Amino acid sequence: MPMNDRVAYYPGCSLEGLAVEYDVSTRAVCRALGLSLVELNDWNCCGSSPASLYDPMLSATLAGRNLLLAQEARLDTVMTPCPGCLKALKGAIKTRDAHPQALAQALGRPLSERVHAVSVLQLLYEKVGPGALAQAVRRSFDGLPVVPYYGCLLTRPQAVAGFDDPENPVSMDRLLEAVGCAVADFPFKTECCGATSAMTRSDIVVRLSGRLLDMARRLGARAIIVACPLCQQNLDLRQAQAEKAMGTRFGIPVFYLTQVIGWAVGLPAQDLGLDKLIVPGKGVLPDPEPTEPSES
Amino acid sequence: MRIGVFVCRCGTNIAGTVDTQAVAARALASPDVVYATELLYTCSEPGQQEIQNAVLSHRLQGVVVAACSPRMHELTFRRAVEKAGLNRYMLEMANIREHVSWIGQDKAANTEKAVELVRMAVAKVRRNEPLFGSQVPLTKRVMVIGGGVAGIQAALDCADAGLDVVLVEREPTIGGKMAKLDKTFPTIDCSSCILGPKMVDVAQNENITLHTATEVESLSGTIGNFTVTLRKKAVYVDWDACTGCGLCMEKCPSKKHPDGFNEGLATAPAIRIPFPQAIPKKAHIERSACRYFTTGKCRVCQKICPVGAVRFDMEDRQVVENVGAVIVATGYDLFDPAAYGEYGAGRYPDVITGMQFERILSASGPFGGHIRRPSDGREPRDIVFVACVGSRDKSVGRPYCSGVCCMVIAKQAILARDHLPEARCYVFYMDIRAPGKNYDEFVRRAVEEYGVQYIRGRVGKIYPKGDRLVVQGADTLLGAQVEVEADLVVLATGVEPSRGARELAEKLHISADTHGFFMEGHPKLKPVETNTAGIYLAGACQGPKDIPASVAQGSAAAAKVLALFARDSMTTDPQTAHVAEKVCIGCGKCLTVCPFGAIQWKTLRDGTKKAQVLETVCQGCGLCNATCPPKAVQLRHFTDDQILAELEALCA
Repeated sequence: MPMNDRVAYYPGCSLEGLAVEYDVSTRAVCRALGLSLVELNDWNCCGSSPASLYDPMLSATLAGRNLLLAQEARLDTVMTPCPGCLKALKGAIKTRDAHPQALAQALGRPLSERVHAVSVLQLLYEKVGPGALAQAVRRSFDGLPVVPYYGCLLTRPQAVAGFDDPENPVSMDRLLEAVGCAVADFPFKTECCGATSAMTRSDIVVRLSGRLLDMARRLGARAIIVACPLCQQNLDLRQAQAEKAMGTRFGIPVFYLTQVIGWAVGLPAQDLGLDKLIVPGKGVLPDPEPTEPSES
Repeated sequence: MRIGVFVCRCGTNIAGTVDTQAVAARALASPDVVYATELLYTCSEPGQQEIQNAVLSHRLQGVVVAACSPRMHELTFRRAVEKAGLNRYMLEMANIREHVSWIGQDKAANTEKAVELVRMAVAKVRRNEPLFGSQVPLTKRVMVIGGGVAGIQAALDCADAGLDVVLVEREPTIGGKMAKLDKTFPTIDCSSCILGPKMVDVAQNENITLHTATEVESLSGTIGNFTVTLRKKAVYVDWDACTGCGLCMEKCPSKKHPDGFNEGLATAPAIRIPFPQAIPKKAHIERSACRYFTTGKCRVCQKICPVGAVRFDMEDRQVVENVGAVIVATGYDLFDPAAYGEYGAGRYPDVITGMQFERILSASGPFGGHIRRPSDGREPRDIVFVACVGSRDKSVGRPYCSGVCCMVIAKQAILARDHLPEARCYVFYMDIRAPGKNYDEFVRRAVEEYGVQYIRGRVGKIYPKGDRLVVQGADTLLGAQVEVEADLVVLATGVEPSRGARELAEKLHISADTHGFFMEGHPKLKPVETNTAGIYLAGACQGPKDIPASVAQGSAAAAKVLALFARDSMTTDPQTAHVAEKVCIGCGKCLTVCPFGAIQWKTLRDGTKKAQVLETVCQGCGLCNATCPPKAVQLRHFTDDQILAELEALCA
């Protein structure tokens, strides 16, 4: 594969644990669509929220080291599925632009201007595109009603993200339509799910994620599609808490974009990590051999 | 030459950071300076008097005033020395305020620089020559560009004073935005009822030549003598024959085209009279909507017209007008709220703009004056108005206040409650701007008599819920988030300059500010003049404003034109270029470089061609002089000799 078609892959820490199905399905989908992912050798944690809150230069250095690894492997594009990691990587790039000497000193070498970071959504939308994706579909969803949920970091802040519209993004909508879903106009597609408040104020997450689930249900959605491990966790893992607080039942499975696309292009269920769902995907996507479909 | 130097303290404006006494004292070191002094306020009456006294008592032949920028007071001091008997061009100014005292605090450095600038000015005035302008006749005709209320007022005032007026409007009818409004604040006058008579006056006034569906293509010339080329667009109907009967509109089969006048809420036939009170009340064809133009078939209007006025073969044509002054009154357009993705304008049919709501309120609007939702035609029960959509917001490039929306919202809320007594109206606002006469009282009425609920806070999101909308915003006075369920949401969109304003500014050689509004000569003291002599401004093209202010500016601009035309001729500015024929080699470079077309060929007796400057067209920019290889063309009052003398004085 020519050099410029290879993409550096930065999984990030969540994709090794809580969001392992996102990792598995991302790799499988990229392979199936002809995108060559090269996992960065010896990548480290980007520092996430704690590093950037403590010291922006620490965050830039932790994240920047991974960009350096890409640079040394002669890869210009670093793709990460996790928007939190993406924010750290883009923050490092911003620091490189604003304080190049300081960052070069911290990293030990200057970081090249050619290295840039994208999400898996942006990679699929721009490198593959809805047209080519539609061609690759083997199992269409045949008008299954779904809603896309972008969350906070994929398209905002606009100046940093530089991708899609900050208030009304449509990239995920178009990709889902390409695989045959009936995508409803979801007015809450960029409303906050509660994010890391889950640790300290789970009542906030229950209220905010509950709103999202409620609106999805009103629109007749059979599934919510996400591209962020934290969003997936809040909507899926804590769906039962929302149900309890609101005195209702949702039963709406929350899939990663790559799981849905993977299924549509014909990948087998075990390549997509579908057994990791808390709210089962029964009837929407086929259930795999169950390990323990838990309903907490 | 006997030269006097006057150094201004300008209160503490200059004296605070420049040792003006030292500057005056050191000026005496220059040869020819026989008198030098400092003054407290040179531009004041006693200040000017001192200069005049010194000219007489010291027999001065040249005067240097070291003070503010010549753009402030050069004219003031020129007049002052002229009254003392000198030619007004025997004056030079050294700018020791904007170029020295306002820049830094280092008094020693500032004083040195001021001394140098004075030395340069003395070197220049030593080489100045008396200059005399010539008298040229004025063309006592005025062109008004823009047929909205400001342009209409300006045209009527000029015409009533006996002037010939040419009114140019790019739409097929005059009336502008005011013709689209239902009622006007704070009197709740019907807009067409008060504007209509003025529009008819324009049509009937013998002194006004009305060109609608016409745009300005180019302008050349100078104050008192402009030549303007207009493009009259093809309307495909002979307006000399058309009687405005409207039969063509009834029979036209193409009825699905969106109607711009009704802000896209209704459709109109391809051949149309824009609205019942249109002036001129004539039909025109929208090419893109017409079946004949798009498919080659139809021509029903042509067959049905009782006077045979429809002409499909009509073409654009040019008209040239000579005028002495131009009043620009091109008005405004409104911000497109689609930029706010979170409001859903353009996606949700019941999220509309203020102008769309005006059309809904209007009796000649899409719903016959009944307030209905565009989506299902139902009467709304809860209406939410959102202020400042595309105003006071740097993130969409509109940091300014549009000035009228607070009043428009109050008016629309009052009218909504009038039409629908059961309706509830909510207004999300940041501040209430109601500065005019009876304006604040009007807003109070909305709150106290009409029960409109004002919520202080921004709207963060508008989203559909079933067939209604939820408006999510803040109430900062309660310190809480609020959600209001609404049937209809009206966005008060901001004012921006009319489409094509920048391009027109270039054609007219006037300036526009960062937002595209035309620049006035001085923000406080010259609101209706531009920096281009002979071109005036009126109305919203200069900045957002309401109807009373637009009308006032229309009259003000007319007054400026009438003052200009009070004499039969005007004195030209003698600071123009001049060609020394014996030095000119006839290369023609100056002709091509002149931006104003002010240089032409002159053929001598022996057939050789030399350049010749048209002094009434020349704007004194000096490009020709900079381009001329042998320096045959010189700019009077800025000759190479004079400028180089300044440089030598500086470098000495």
